[in-house]
Amino acid sequence: MPVARSLPRRGARPALLELTLARLREFVREPEALFWTFFFPMIMSVAMALAFPSRGALPVRVGLAPGDSELRRALAADPGVSVRDLMPGEELRALRDGSVHVIVVPGTPPTYRFDPSRDESRAARLVVDNVLKRAAGRPDPWSAREDAVQIAGSRYVDWLIPGILCLGIMNNGMWSIGFMTVQARLRRLLKRLAASPMRKRDYLLAQILARLALLAPEVAVPLVFGVLAFGMPINGSIADIAIVSLVGALVFGAFGLLVGSRVRTIEGINGLMNLSTLPMWVLSGVFFSASNFPSFVQPVIKVLPLTAFVDAMRAVVLEGQSLGAIRVELLMLVSWGVACFAIALRLFKWR
Amino acid sequence: MTIFAMIREVSFPSVSNPAQRLQPKHTVVSDLAVRCQRLKKSYGSVVAVNGLSLDVHRGECFGLLGPNGAGKTTTIEILEGLLTPDEGDVEVLGLRWQRDERELRQRLGIQLQETQFTDKLTVEETIRLFRSFYDRGRTVDELLALVELESKRSSWVVKLSGGQKQRLSVACALVGDPDMLFLDEPSTGLDPQSRRQLWAILQRFRAGGGTILLTTHYMDEAEVLCDRVAVVDHGTVIALDTPKALITSLGAPKTIVHEGTLEDVFMTLTGRHLRDE
Repeated sequence: MPVARSLPRRGARPALLELTLARLREFVREPEALFWTFFFPMIMSVAMALAFPSRGALPVRVGLAPGDSELRRALAADPGVSVRDLMPGEELRALRDGSVHVIVVPGTPPTYRFDPSRDESRAARLVVDNVLKRAAGRPDPWSAREDAVQIAGSRYVDWLIPGILCLGIMNNGMWSIGFMTVQARLRRLLKRLAASPMRKRDYLLAQILARLALLAPEVAVPLVFGVLAFGMPINGSIADIAIVSLVGALVFGAFGLLVGSRVRTIEGINGLMNLSTLPMWVLSGVFFSASNFPSFVQPVIKVLPLTAFVDAMRAVVLEGQSLGAIRVELLMLVSWGVACFAIALRLFKWR
Repeated sequence: MTIFAMIREVSFPSVSNPAQRLQPKHTVVSDLAVRCQRLKKSYGSVVAVNGLSLDVHRGECFGLLGPNGAGKTTTIEILEGLLTPDEGDVEVLGLRWQRDERELRQRLGIQLQETQFTDKLTVEETIRLFRSFYDRGRTVDELLALVELESKRSSWVVKLSGGQKQRLSVACALVGDPDMLFLDEPSTGLDPQSRRQLWAILQRFRAGGGTILLTTHYMDEAEVLCDRVAVVDHGTVIALDTPKALITSLGAPKTIVHEGTLEDVFMTLTGRHLRDE
């Protein structure tokens, strides 16, 4: 074209930086993305904390079949028991939907009706049995002195928030990268980029790097919220928390890239994303301990990246463990990240 | 004059060689910008390109015409190094895709059909992004001036009109100060004003010694812009010459009362039945 050929790299920034900036701009100009990243973990924490308050503080719920007012008086006198009179025919439904934990049917002796596979029902049975026998005049050889303590960090909400933090990093990483990649492919932008001298590796790296730039607020928001709203303790060092978060974000960024590496439709990426993240929502111990699952599933649970991430995060945040103590989890995460990125680089389709 | 050029003069006597009119940008061995021979490309049982050969001279504007499904896009994408042909031989600027991809990508400007740039980046940000891929090239200001988008510098891509988007796309193709431009249906969907604006940009690029290969459905566009055109149908070249020579070759005005246009040539060669993709 006219004039002399221009000078090399006149005022141009490196491609990796420009690609990362482009991705970041796209993100911050999308209000919905901001909402899901920052407010979703907060809403989730509040909802879960309300649904599952610390156990033990609440009385056991006992259903009483009609007949014996003496039994009723004995149960109602105990502050650890809340009694509900049941209509005939209502019993099984009340047990099933969890509105009562155990049903006492008057008689000599009374009958306890409950589902022994439910923890809260077994606990309720013990409480009821104790109350009724004591009321009937059972002598206790001795009474233990009770020392009620509440250890900050052992409450459900304390345990939950680091899990939700990890879940958020997984979700944001996978969806933002996987989804945006597929969208760029649909819009033929990927093909256009592939027709330029851009290094393909730069594009893929930039997607992941842009995630890291948002990571600091993404980690800080739920943790600060946990501290302010629930008095959650943070026992680990900020630097360790940052390192664990960084590793996790890289891993799930690479995972998202892999999931989105060939898909060509929005429906396709939705399905594939759900398929790859939902098992981890359930199995990786975000909302309840993964040890509840039977032993034959445990090896599978152990190798899931979210399990390693959540375990590492809890160990650092709640127990103040050092990075050395979680090296197995970190190694597992790094392996996942490297494998996903390497495979994504191979499988990736630009058109 | 090289022997090759002499041979070409003989084989294409009617072509006034534009490479001779204009100063070539680089001292070159071959004076062909594109040389492709016996290209073949099939998708399953569908043969998209079937033994297509053509040469594009340096400094000329070469048009690929053809109905939908004729194999234009497949051909241009093979030349752009985005598709690998099943058979055949391609040289662009004397280089080969398998060996010299990095250099070729630096020296070519490419516009694809229907690229949608990121909605929520501004025009300037989009150009800056593409600029960062090239070792050398124009500044963002030069490019904005070149495609007349200065006033839209800070607008999001999603707010641009069709013509403005297309000019942005051309700006991204020109960003590395290329020796050659590939344009796939650059003016499809544009209003007449936008088309003329686009033509002016391309003519300026030509005037600077650049080579252009474009595909188009519009015969008037080919007549205005192209030094030579190839009419492609069923994956092969069925006619290749200057627009004028093709119009003359239709024969005397005995069948056509008005002065012949390239559109007449096109319809005569490719038939009047409708083409579905």
